[in-house]
Amino acid sequence: MTKKSTTVNRRSFIKSVGIAGGGLLIGFNWLACKRSEEVIVADTALEMPDEWFELNGYLKIGDNGVVTIYSPNPEIGQNVKTSMPMMVAEELDVDWNNVIVEQAPLNTDLYSRQLAGGSQSIRQGWEPLRRAGATARYMLLQAAAKQMEVPVEELSVEDGVISHSGSDKTISYGEIAKAAAAIEIPEEDKVVLKSKNDFKIIGSSRKNVDAKKIVTGQPLFGLDTYKDGMLTAMIVHPPKFGMEFKSMDAEKIKDMPGIKDVFTIDTYPEGLQKQWSDVSAFSKLVVVLGESTWQVMQAKKALKVEWDLNPELTKKIEILEKSAGMGEVSGLESSAIHTSLMADIGSKKAETVRKDGDPEAAFKNAARIIERSYTCPFLAHNCMEPMNFFANVTEDKAELLGPIQTPEYAEKTIQERLGLDLENIDIQMTRMGGGFGRRLYGNFLVEAAVISQKAGAPVKLVYSREDDMTDGVYRPAYHVTYRAALDANNKITAFHVNAGGIKESPLFANRFPAGAIDNYLAESWTLDSNISIGAFRAPRSNFIAGAEQSFLDELAEETGQDPIQFRLDLLKKAKEKPVGENNDYDADRFAGVLEMVRDKSGWKKEDQNLNRGVSAYYCHNSYVAQILDLRVQNNEPMIDKVVCAVDCGIVVNPDAAKNMVEGGTIDGIGHALYSKISFEDGMPQQSNYDTYRLIRHKEAPKSIEVYFAENGIDPTGLGEPPFPPVIGALANALYKATGKRFYDQPYIAGLQDELKT
Amino acid sequence: MAKFNLNINGEDKTVDVDPNTPLLWVLRDHLNLVGTKYGCGIAQCGACTVHFNGSAVRSCQLPVSSLEGSKIKTIEGLSENGDHHVQQAWLEIDVPQCGYCQAGQIMSASALLDSNPNPSDEEIENAMNGNICRCGTYSRIKAAIKAASKSQIA
Repeated sequence: MTKKSTTVNRRSFIKSVGIAGGGLLIGFNWLACKRSEEVIVADTALEMPDEWFELNGYLKIGDNGVVTIYSPNPEIGQNVKTSMPMMVAEELDVDWNNVIVEQAPLNTDLYSRQLAGGSQSIRQGWEPLRRAGATARYMLLQAAAKQMEVPVEELSVEDGVISHSGSDKTISYGEIAKAAAAIEIPEEDKVVLKSKNDFKIIGSSRKNVDAKKIVTGQPLFGLDTYKDGMLTAMIVHPPKFGMEFKSMDAEKIKDMPGIKDVFTIDTYPEGLQKQWSDVSAFSKLVVVLGESTWQVMQAKKALKVEWDLNPELTKKIEILEKSAGMGEVSGLESSAIHTSLMADIGSKKAETVRKDGDPEAAFKNAARIIERSYTCPFLAHNCMEPMNFFANVTEDKAELLGPIQTPEYAEKTIQERLGLDLENIDIQMTRMGGGFGRRLYGNFLVEAAVISQKAGAPVKLVYSREDDMTDGVYRPAYHVTYRAALDANNKITAFHVNAGGIKESPLFANRFPAGAIDNYLAESWTLDSNISIGAFRAPRSNFIAGAEQSFLDELAEETGQDPIQFRLDLLKKAKEKPVGENNDYDADRFAGVLEMVRDKSGWKKEDQNLNRGVSAYYCHNSYVAQILDLRVQNNEPMIDKVVCAVDCGIVVNPDAAKNMVEGGTIDGIGHALYSKISFEDGMPQQSNYDTYRLIRHKEAPKSIEVYFAENGIDPTGLGEPPFPPVIGALANALYKATGKRFYDQPYIAGLQDELKT
Repeated sequence: MAKFNLNINGEDKTVDVDPNTPLLWVLRDHLNLVGTKYGCGIAQCGACTVHFNGSAVRSCQLPVSSLEGSKIKTIEGLSENGDHHVQQAWLEIDVPQCGYCQAGQIMSASALLDSNPNPSDEEIENAMNGNICRCGTYSRIKAAIKAASKSQIA
């Protein structure tokens, strides 16, 4: 790694304004300034230029032709720090080997949607990122035409070198960058984006731009932040959901080595205008502040804190849908009660979200009704890098640095919480040691800022693994009951889904098989709770996909059909004679991945030697189908192979996309098989990896094959879609291996009970 | 507090810390070697793996007082320019997603290949089972270890 000081002598700003259709209107506003900045270069092979010229907020070009591209969105492992700049470089027409990537600063004027969530970075960046590259290319060509005194139409570019077709004149981007920076910003309609057939970088694999730093252990993550005069802070939160701080004996630990202070902070005081991303189950936290992490950990252990039942939180759990009746749970909740309460409520009528035809009559007239219920527990996100943030808050400004998926929202909360102007709040994004939705909720960032303000010192807040796992913001516990009405010919005449959870419903009323069945009813309910919840990789889908795809598998079996053909027939009906309005999927693309996975896996209905399960699901604008083969060996499932067929439109960085599908597949299998957070009297029963089981090397599939649909459609989501469906494929394969259906996650509990008997 | 002499990545270092301080926090908080990661603090995740006299160990469980006279190697000392054959294989296979656990994975993998240059699939799984990857890069880790094994034998 080399550090060099360079000078930026022009700086441009793109003002981005959202327009209809999700596109981006780009206007430019020149501001000349001179400032020094530090450039950290991963690859010492690239010589740094003497001068940089910023052509717009996404890129700058050095006088030697080296290009820096800013990656606007937070990086949580989805590899957008490589794929987003690839989209800029494609339209700029530069040699990727000549590109340096830097994480962009948070700047809502320059960039739109600096957020990692909803698998939307590539989809929503598709137009603006390519346009930024193309606009800069346009300006470089205009400047070259002027200097060469030739018509711009006679110029072409390859790898950052502009050539004139009528002569042997050439000029490099580095040579013309200074003049290009003075060219007027073109109107949007003057800049033409490339035809997809001309892509050179998009669609060809490029390696992770941070990989060298990762494999050599260089500082990249928030937790790696160490600054002069910085103190380490840790928090102590109530051990049980429903409790609050009463008192503590702080004096005893204040004399311990390295300890600077012990105090309490309020997380989100009453009256504070919260963002959706502001979630905390605990109103007051104890803070231990000291010189080093180990010293603070020791003091924290020695600290005696008294907790009380929070009177506000001792209310009974209420069913939010009043029509469904009332639940009876005290302020300190337990999983056993959650389970029975959800089963009870799930058996009653709830709020109707969608109804097609006359499902009541169809069920009344059914020759046979198949009804099954499915459940899953709460899950902790368990990012390998625990929650942490650096904060240096002074009277008039806040410097914040660390792992956050929603910096735009955090900035607003800090503005409100600390009473600072937005321009005096600086949030910098570090590479994140996992996100999975947890870092959408920036309570740790706010806590770090409040601690720094109170301590009057720069502070790094560090959660221990235990703090992290017992802090809430969990994937909700869910429950769903499916019912299907069959006539005397085994034809499905009605379908009923009743779904709910604590404290969110997993229902997607307009998704498959809605639209494929004449009589359809979708109902939804939620249960209140003291336990805080949050989005977890593929929210709601991470449960409902596995449940729905297990139920469809059972329906296929009960009606004597091949499970893939059964789904294809439903999709055919949804395409040719769709039932109802607002069906939220494209039946052709859905069928496409099922056919692809069938063909690639050599699926044969009659193959009895393989314990195979199939599943397909649509979410985050993409379609994934998976077929999973497993054996049960020594009371544990051994997964031999998973074949994945994915339709996410154009794949920007194929090998990295494959990595994402492999990872999502393993992640989905692992959580459905092994993981849970359960409660007794408000206390989480798992607090570290000795009690919380995550999938490990031995349990991972022996082989994962990934195939992408090639249809030239603009890119759609990929970070989340591979996770949900594999859970259905797993459950269906487990049934083949054991003869038993699996309804309750984590499946390992049921599997081991089964093998004991 | 007490002074301890350590040999880390071939260099002698002296630190003045509580004798119970785990090597993990000595590296991170006192020696500016942050490649070794904190993940669980109870030797269950492997993010803090270093080499202790050539063996892969969890540095969160090694009190600094037990290290005198031992040779410690961290990810920063695995190679001078990031060109150890295991690191090269990791780059070639493009293993990382978030990347947080990978230093620990690489230290476990390199210790495995030092003692067993041509491990079977099962031996790889056994040696690596203590290293969790929440992103699920297990298939690529295995592929990278095999690639490194090949290049080491060749």
